[in-house]
Amino acid sequence: MKNPLDSLWGTVISGLVLTVILYWVVKLALGS
Amino acid sequence: MDWGAFIHYGLMRWLHILAGVMWIGLLYYFNFVQVAALKAAATDNTGAGITKHVAPRALLFFRWAALVTWLAGATILGAHFFDAFFFLQKVYVPIGVGAWLGTIMLFNVWVLIWPNQKKILGIVQASDEEKAKARRVAFLASRTNTMLSLPMLFFMIASGGVFRTSFFGI
Repeated sequence: MKNPLDSLWGTVISGLVLTVILYWVVKLALGS
Repeated sequence: MDWGAFIHYGLMRWLHILAGVMWIGLLYYFNFVQVAALKAAATDNTGAGITKHVAPRALLFFRWAALVTWLAGATILGAHFFDAFFFLQKVYVPIGVGAWLGTIMLFNVWVLIWPNQKKILGIVQASDEEKAKARRVAFLASRTNTMLSLPMLFFMIASGGVFRTSFFGI
């Protein structure tokens, strides 16, 4: 599988996906 | 006027944002502009000007801006530094996540990007094989920081006041 960080847009999309994941992890951890 | 609070929250926050704009701005310059420019320049051997005159200057401001950003951020957290980094209070959890992401990024700058860039740019001696390895490590660390900058900036702006309330309900 190709490393998404080799592509600029793969990097940006990975960052967006990570943002959504972390947001929901924190939101659920805070019980809000 | 509370001069302590003015310096602690006002000037330090200003410095944190100024240095942060320089740090992340140069990170985006490297990733969105310079990588593609050097790739294009390799086809007609015109990349020497970038690596000799532009990259060392950009890296100088990049790495010191990263350190100033982190130190100013740590100063703003002050007595709540551990509340944020160890998620000890609910209201400090969002900024704690942002602070951890920023800390990982600072580590990448000083431990992975800068030492390897010194080999790539010929500031320290390295064989062709070492340079090739350094190029890959520095590239992936820089791309990792670009990826991490998205959630880092999100948690920085979503960590205070009405923004935190709207995003996290606390």
